[in-house]
Amino acid sequence: MTPLAYHLVALALAAGMVWGIHWMNSPRTAVRGNLLGSLCMLGAIVLTLIRHGVLARGDLWLAMVVGGAAGSVLAAAVSMVQMPQLVALLNGLGGGASALVAWVILGGNADTLDAVTRSGAGLALAVGAVTLSGSAVAAGKLHGKINGRPIILPGHMLWSVLSLAVMVLGVAGILAAPADAGLLSVLTLLAALGFGVLFAIRIGGADMPITISLLNSLSGLAASIAGFALRNPLLVVAGAVVGAAGLVLTEHMCRAMNRALGGVLLGRLGAGGAVQAGEAPAAASPARGAAQAASPSSLLKKAELVIIVPGYGMALAQAQHEVANLMQQMEADGAKVCFAIHPVAGRMPGHMNVLLAEAGVPYDKLCEMDAINPKFKNADVVIVVGANDVVNPAAATAEDTPIYGMPILRVSDAKHVMVCNKDTEPGYAGVENPLYSYDNVTLLLGDAKDTVARLARESHRAP
Amino acid sequence: MNAWVLLLLFCLGAGLGYRVIRQVPSLLHTPLMSGMNALSGVTVLGALAATVAAVTTGDRACAALAVALAMVNIVGGFLVTHRMLRMFKPQEEGGEVPANE
Repeated sequence: MTPLAYHLVALALAAGMVWGIHWMNSPRTAVRGNLLGSLCMLGAIVLTLIRHGVLARGDLWLAMVVGGAAGSVLAAAVSMVQMPQLVALLNGLGGGASALVAWVILGGNADTLDAVTRSGAGLALAVGAVTLSGSAVAAGKLHGKINGRPIILPGHMLWSVLSLAVMVLGVAGILAAPADAGLLSVLTLLAALGFGVLFAIRIGGADMPITISLLNSLSGLAASIAGFALRNPLLVVAGAVVGAAGLVLTEHMCRAMNRALGGVLLGRLGAGGAVQAGEAPAAASPARGAAQAASPSSLLKKAELVIIVPGYGMALAQAQHEVANLMQQMEADGAKVCFAIHPVAGRMPGHMNVLLAEAGVPYDKLCEMDAINPKFKNADVVIVVGANDVVNPAAATAEDTPIYGMPILRVSDAKHVMVCNKDTEPGYAGVENPLYSYDNVTLLLGDAKDTVARLARESHRAP
Repeated sequence: MNAWVLLLLFCLGAGLGYRVIRQVPSLLHTPLMSGMNALSGVTVLGALAATVAAVTTGDRACAALAVALAMVNIVGGFLVTHRMLRMFKPQEEGGEVPANE
């Protein structure tokens, strides 16, 4: 295959991958886009095998089949609730694969490699290893294997800076002193793995969406940098696209939580305010219960516009099917129902949408925060299902807490609010929620799955 | 390939990717992320090349492991994205039908 032909095909495949993502801009074309992306990836693999003249090498195909089989089992077995940890895991595997590639490049005769290859491989090793260990910790936290609260070790900041410094010096050393590349790679690898752990372990649940997005970006960046070392244009372009995607999502999450990206990169996430109770009014206010004059079910029977606000608690209680049933029943009874989705509800970007889509909620009922906020005042009833921080009015007033300045869903504008949460404990951000004591708020505490099912049963209008 | 050309490609890819991805609605951000997982498996191309170039048994094993890990991403990522995207239905098709999964 001539170099020209190779590069032309590679360019076409890269364009195909980008076009596939372009089709992801609407749920109508997204399936097609994903299919196009996967076909282009297959094409890229075959192209690479042909270029190196190893199309018939059995060991390569064996490794691919083993990995592919493991991937398909994972994809089929995962539940929608577990999607954040799957994505975290895959971020880590991508980073790990890139680090391994860099390791193999440096493992050959490093002093025969040119400067671009050495620095590319060194950087890919570092970024890939940070992604691997950081994602492993994030996945562990999301899966409940590691304490989900921020964990701060003694001398945390010192160790972070130290490992980062060793990592940077290691990469610089690989570039400057290729004769010692073997030892320097080991140092870089260990420092990067350590930094990844230190970075991710201090992040609490509510900051997970930002962290996962960032690690998503890094996994692409690692691949792209490895592409520099290997002079592989497809790797460079596809990796850069993934890096950009992760960055867009990170930016989106930061905006939704009113956080500066710089602060996130420095690891200044929620840890600071995690134990604060906030300056919200005391929870046990006597005003509570005023709305209970009318029972929740009778309010629902009369309601014309109902807005449902789901949060991570809905995922934990597996209540999405009950919520979808409630919606279908109320629609059948003539009410209008829609959903208000906060960008950081759940543990990853878009998590609530996937859960509700799985339960059969049509996607045109899923409204973004900016679109739905002005509509709360017209709503007869708002049903909050397992959401806390994203509806906490203290975000506007409680300075020095992790949620300060975060835009929230203004549920209290509605005539009545029903909160189907497990308890009145503060959410992941650790800030008391004054909403619970508002006059127009009714607390329906307990398992959200049971509460929502009961609401549906009791509010059914007679045919 | 010249490193400067690669740098140019990197900037093009990142810039174009940024523009295209900003158009993806937050409705689809979870499948977008798993799709990006799949795309980050593109490192399999590097792993394949590294396997071919690897001399020692240890390096060959490392490279084969990299191929396998990257394939978990590619196959797992694309399949799970497909699974999710098929669940998104508009009102007229999905409104009446209760959940079947």
